[in-house]
Amino acid sequence: MTDFIKTSASRSLENAVQDHFIPAEAPWSGIVRKGQTIRIEDSHGQQAIDTLFYRADDFGERYSNQDTMRAQGGAYIGAGTKIVSNEGNVMLVMTADSCGRHDTSAGACSCESNAVRFGHGTKYLHACRDNFVLEVTRHGMSKRDIVPNINFFMNVPIKPNGEMTIVDGISAPGDYVELVAEMDVLCVISNCPQVNNPCNGFDPTPIRVLIWDGED
Amino acid sequence: MMHVRRSPEEISANRQRYEEHQKKGLEFAPKALPAPSPLPAPAIDAAAIIHQETIPGGWYWSTALKRGEALRIDQGDGGSTVALVAWNAADTSERLNLVDTVKVQWTTALGKGRVIFSDMGRVMFSLIEDSSGAHDCLMGGSTAASNAAKHPGAKTRNTRDNLVLVAGKLGLTRRDIPAILNLFAPVRVDDEGGFHWRGKLSNSGDYAELRAEMDMIVGLSNCPHPLDPDPVYAPKPVIVTRFRAAPAVDDLARTATAEAVRGFENNAAMLA
Ligand SMILES: [Zn+2]
Repeated sequence: MTDFIKTSASRSLENAVQDHFIPAEAPWSGIVRKGQTIRIEDSHGQQAIDTLFYRADDFGERYSNQDTMRAQGGAYIGAGTKIVSNEGNVMLVMTADSCGRHDTSAGACSCESNAVRFGHGTKYLHACRDNFVLEVTRHGMSKRDIVPNINFFMNVPIKPNGEMTIVDGISAPGDYVELVAEMDVLCVISNCPQVNNPCNGFDPTPIRVLIWDGED
Repeated sequence: MMHVRRSPEEISANRQRYEEHQKKGLEFAPKALPAPSPLPAPAIDAAAIIHQETIPGGWYWSTALKRGEALRIDQGDGGSTVALVAWNAADTSERLNLVDTVKVQWTTALGKGRVIFSDMGRVMFSLIEDSSGAHDCLMGGSTAASNAAKHPGAKTRNTRDNLVLVAGKLGLTRRDIPAILNLFAPVRVDDEGGFHWRGKLSNSGDYAELRAEMDMIVGLSNCPHPLDPDPVYAPKPVIVTRFRAAPAVDDLARTATAEAVRGFENNAAMLA
């Protein structure tokens, strides 16, 4: 585990209200209350962290990758990005980003899409959508509630001619993003198990999630 | 911590495997893809036509579409963007999945010969004709708020509300509305990821034909795209024709890429 990085005078490991260690390839979910800050940390570097957000008191309102991209007029996520719901509401705002490039165009890996991309022999490999299905089911949701997600730390450049490809992650050990919640949200994470593309260096690694209360 | 690090040799072998996939995907497909379909659009054989619908500017429509049928979407006098969503008729939890569609085909630029995938790794549509090649997978449609910001004071309709209505009348809800495909929306990104509307070569008569590769329910919304440069809200009608369109024996969409071949193998397994 890397050393703790302070981004705010009031932020320390000791005063975090939640501190979660998410093993490589595993799912996680938890509530982030309005005003709280969630930090998602890529502990080893070059790990893709597939993330969804749902309004805590109405799961029908959830992260929308298209509304988020449209609202900011661009395809990538970084510091200052407003995370927008399917109802056009701001769910969270990214307040810190030590990496600089995150994807929301390419979605989560799944057994089904892996088989199409990499050959039928890769169908029976653990994948993010299976993590998402298992995790959202714990909250009374189902596959129909799984929408295009954010891939924190995944680098998917899109060329002016439309070509896109997943390239090596640029995050270093300890890189993090911080998002402050504008409403109570359920955060659902799949710590991507993908071993067939460079989004996590072919070697999924653990991550850390920290939550702090608001500063005022 | 249950974590076993792979060896550098394993990682290197994995990377090599990936780079081979990537090379095939990026090099093979463009060679095989044809030029855009000719204008003006040739007439559809009258005997093949099942239904024709004119969607007024600002409105929505949905239809059943059986495997082996197609929709021609004709933007008529020009300037229209048509948002499209689709569900598997037998199981509406299977739906249009644009992120898989672009990831699997290594491009956000859909055009003639490309396919559109569901979340289950199966092909929903083959893009069998397409005169524009100018479609948007990224930005989504207009909303009440985006219209209000662009056309203050004007009475407008928007894609978001239209699709809530489409879903609602099918017994579905907003939970079922997938990310949408915008037909006739020339959106491209610059090197920083910023969106730009690239003016179309043709402003009238553009058309696209999407053949169904499974039985589906399709929803369409005919509202101006959020980046549409027209400052006036004045969407024009589009004509949608549902017709029988059996695939050719040497159908390009089935063979153009290794990914499409595997997608159709998944369809075959479902239909068997
Ligand atoms: Zn994944």
